[in-house]
Amino acid sequence: MANATGTMRLKLHIWRQKGPNQSGAIKTYDVTANEHMSFLEMLDVLNQELIGKGEEPVAFDHDCREGICGSCNLVINGVPHGPQRGTTACQLHMRTFKDGDEIWIEPWRAKAFPVIKDLVVDRGAFDRIIAAGGYVSVNTGSAPDANEILIGKADAEEAFGYAACIGCGACVAACKNASAMLFTAAKFAHLQKLPQGRVEADRRAVRMVQQHDAEGFGSCTNQYECEAVCPKEISVTSIARLNAAYRRASLRSVEV
Amino acid sequence: MHLDAKIPSGPIEKKWDTRRFELKLVNPANKRKYRVIVVGTGLAGGSAAATLAELGYHVDAFCFQDSPRRAHSIAAQGGINAAKNYQGDGDSIYRLFYDTVKGGDFRSREANVYRLAQVSVEIIDQCVAQGVPFAREYGGTLDNRSFGGAQVSRTFYARGQTGQQLLIGCYQALERQVDAGRVRMYPRTEMLDVVVIDGHAKGIVTRDLVTGKLQRHYADAVVLATGGYGNVFYLSTNAKNCNVTAAFRAYRRGALFANPCFTQIHPTCIPVSGDYQSKLTLMSESLRNDGRIWVPAKKGDQRAPGQIPEPERDYYLERKYPSFGNLAPRDIASRAAKEACDDGRGIGPGGLGVYLDFADAIQRLGEDEVRSRYGNLFHMYEKITGENPYKVPMRIYPAVHYTMGGLWVDYHLQSTIPGLFVLGEANFSDHGANRLGASALMQGLADGYFVIPYTLGDYLAGQKAGKADTTHAAFAEVENEVRARLQRLLDVNGSRSVDSFHRELGKLMWEECGMARDAAGLQRALDRIPALREEFWGDVRVPGDSADFNQELEKAGRVADFMEFAELMCLDALTRDESCGGHFRTEHQTDDGEAVRDDANFTHVSAWEYKGYGERPVEQREPLVFENVKLAVRSYK
Ligand SMILES: Cc1cc2nc3c(=O)[nH]c(=O)nc-3n(C[C@H](O)[C@H](O)[C@H](O)COP(=O)(O)OP(=O)(O)OC[C@H]3O[C@@H](n4cnc5c(N)ncnc54)[C@H](O)[C@@H]3O)c2cc1C
Ligand code: FES
Repeated sequence: MANATGTMRLKLHIWRQKGPNQSGAIKTYDVTANEHMSFLEMLDVLNQELIGKGEEPVAFDHDCREGICGSCNLVINGVPHGPQRGTTACQLHMRTFKDGDEIWIEPWRAKAFPVIKDLVVDRGAFDRIIAAGGYVSVNTGSAPDANEILIGKADAEEAFGYAACIGCGACVAACKNASAMLFTAAKFAHLQKLPQGRVEADRRAVRMVQQHDAEGFGSCTNQYECEAVCPKEISVTSIARLNAAYRRASLRSVEV
Repeated sequence: MHLDAKIPSGPIEKKWDTRRFELKLVNPANKRKYRVIVVGTGLAGGSAAATLAELGYHVDAFCFQDSPRRAHSIAAQGGINAAKNYQGDGDSIYRLFYDTVKGGDFRSREANVYRLAQVSVEIIDQCVAQGVPFAREYGGTLDNRSFGGAQVSRTFYARGQTGQQLLIGCYQALERQVDAGRVRMYPRTEMLDVVVIDGHAKGIVTRDLVTGKLQRHYADAVVLATGGYGNVFYLSTNAKNCNVTAAFRAYRRGALFANPCFTQIHPTCIPVSGDYQSKLTLMSESLRNDGRIWVPAKKGDQRAPGQIPEPERDYYLERKYPSFGNLAPRDIASRAAKEACDDGRGIGPGGLGVYLDFADAIQRLGEDEVRSRYGNLFHMYEKITGENPYKVPMRIYPAVHYTMGGLWVDYHLQSTIPGLFVLGEANFSDHGANRLGASALMQGLADGYFVIPYTLGDYLAGQKAGKADTTHAAFAEVENEVRARLQRLLDVNGSRSVDSFHRELGKLMWEECGMARDAAGLQRALDRIPALREEFWGDVRVPGDSADFNQELEKAGRVADFMEFAELMCLDALTRDESCGGHFRTEHQTDDGEAVRDDANFTHVSAWEYKGYGERPVEQREPLVFENVKLAVRSYK
């Protein structure tokens, strides 16, 4: 809620860090926003003011600004993507805040996501986890007719539910162990739910988990903070699926 | 310059097969000696990079996002067309071809469109095999929906996130090749220029967006799949960072730019809410399967939508175009919305909006079914507007969405610079003056999975692998130019931010080169743009330096290119003295406001040749020949 005119005066506490090897600190800024703005538009307003004053604007990742590309990644008042469930930071609107609020804005924090500048981090580890088997091995041009593979509506829907992951990394930021199990398992479960993906499931489970660990993500101790902050509300049942497959594959010592 | 489109001879159904047989091949053992640069990892670039690597080429792939999975293709919502005829409702390759040529208002190249319709069928097979979770029927077969400009159901979809699911399939295929060591991926890397050696594209110069370092990359061929330029208007449905730089730099190096004025304004987007607005959000065309568009019949009717009884509503698309109704093509639906608002019957703030109403659908199908079809779109709408579309109609308005224009390419997708190929939204090839819904995803994947793997081989077979390297003088020259330009942007140190210039340019373009254009307005824009550009170069402020992660510097380079490109768009719009598709010249319309083409004088592609900064570019023409579809007045009545 804002005052009668829709304007809101806010105090922002933002993590500023010049580069990967410099130390950072919280800096405080006053900004006047409007309840119809998106959260990122509010940051745009701040940045325009900083540029006007000859200061460096706050660096943050964003692109689609509609909750699908997974670029934006802000910890807002201690919660990845902020207070609203099932919402990315770019979809958050200022009407969820009120005039006079103080807001803390920080980057994802995890050893495997080093800070590049201010609120921007390096999430390259996620691509490397996918490269370690998060795919179906099929070359272009060798596919059978699409309707030859029948997939029940419920299975397709469940697979879709896992495939909806946008790779933002909120799950890691929320986890006290900085585990990326929800991300890794979502990809695994998406492919395992479909006949096309089942063929390589064991090998995939082993390789993806190994890569996850090698990147320096922590292990999952079933806290489920990840599910609570996931903007796509991906279910932790995926983690159970991955764990089961991983155990099975390890017993059979799958060749990777 | 003679533009040879290299269209194969023979009947249209045979052209692609004939050509594939004629194309030269690179033998498997030699493929790994060739290095190919692919700039862009959206559907077009991602599919090309993955497939070329599968074939054995060494691929260097680039994107400016932090991961290839975040290319703008991810945001596509509604679906992808294919002539599978799984619904048995009379679809065929010929019908998809015909609909696309007609939808494009007869300004596309027949042979390319026919090939697109042919390979559409294979795309769906490929995507399913990769694990793309398309919507299914209870029996397990694939489901379809309808899109504008078609009377059959040929659109495959994955809820309202089709682009995301297709791109993830493509990204996985790409990562598989990264894993195999055949693709080297350069994320957060921006291509700032093309290097042409002895008339052939042989490399690029990039900037590492994290360290600011400039780098030279050599290859035997360069593929651009860098997306569209809708953000020249500042506000559009495109992701914030979409830009024209890669295509424009190639244009400056000699690639012709075709039909730059052909832009698509999408009828159903969430209206602008204030001057802080940073982008516009699309509400997918698929919503028009079940939503009904209307405005009050009376001017200035201020009642809440629920208070306006049926007889006092004007369902104007259903009234004007009874056989296509709410599924009239985009250009037509957008203009009709503008007309209603210009007539004083618009709704919402400033009267710039129309209703998209689901009340009937909810009554007919139940709220749950509507939720299962469009849930994520309704959710998105509610988040942005704070209104619940299950209870009150959506408010929508047209917004810039897609660009049909792009670098000129021949049938092989090769630009006028040998060795420089252009795929996806970045080329001009298939959509004429208006793209049909769900056809951009199809085109991007057709280009990347099924066309370039053949045609690139033909070019490479004639090139000796690894002929030049990055020590060549041309690389040093281009790198120096790129460095000097970055420095110049930083050195201005003026008083206005990059965004303020971009907004001003966008507003000008929307007013003078948007949904309706006329000679006087275009001339005004052509007078104003060079002045605005001078102001930019004299007064822009870019903080920070170039040896650092510097988002303002990135934006500054892109806006500088938009400032030059905008002029080319207006010049093209002024030169094309007819209305066609999305290019609506108010001087050329019927009494009831339909576009009037001038086939005698404009049945051609306008391809522009760069002649130097501030110099007037030269227009080259590729005549369009229609041998299979009869040129006719497009009617959706
Ligand atoms: C909101 C929205 C919804 C849409 N819905 C649909 C739909 O339902 N169906 C449909 O068919 N179409 C739809 N479209 C259109 C469609 O999504 C796009 O036309 C298509 O995805 C473009 O794909 P592309 O591969 O050509 O380019 P993009 O996906 O835009 O990819 C461009 C790539 O190029 C890279 N790049 C650009 N410049 C540089 C540079 N200088 N250096 C390095 N890298 C660079 C980017 O990083 C990116 O990887 C929609 C578009 C929008 C905006
Ligand atoms: S900017 Fe794309 S998800 Fe937020």
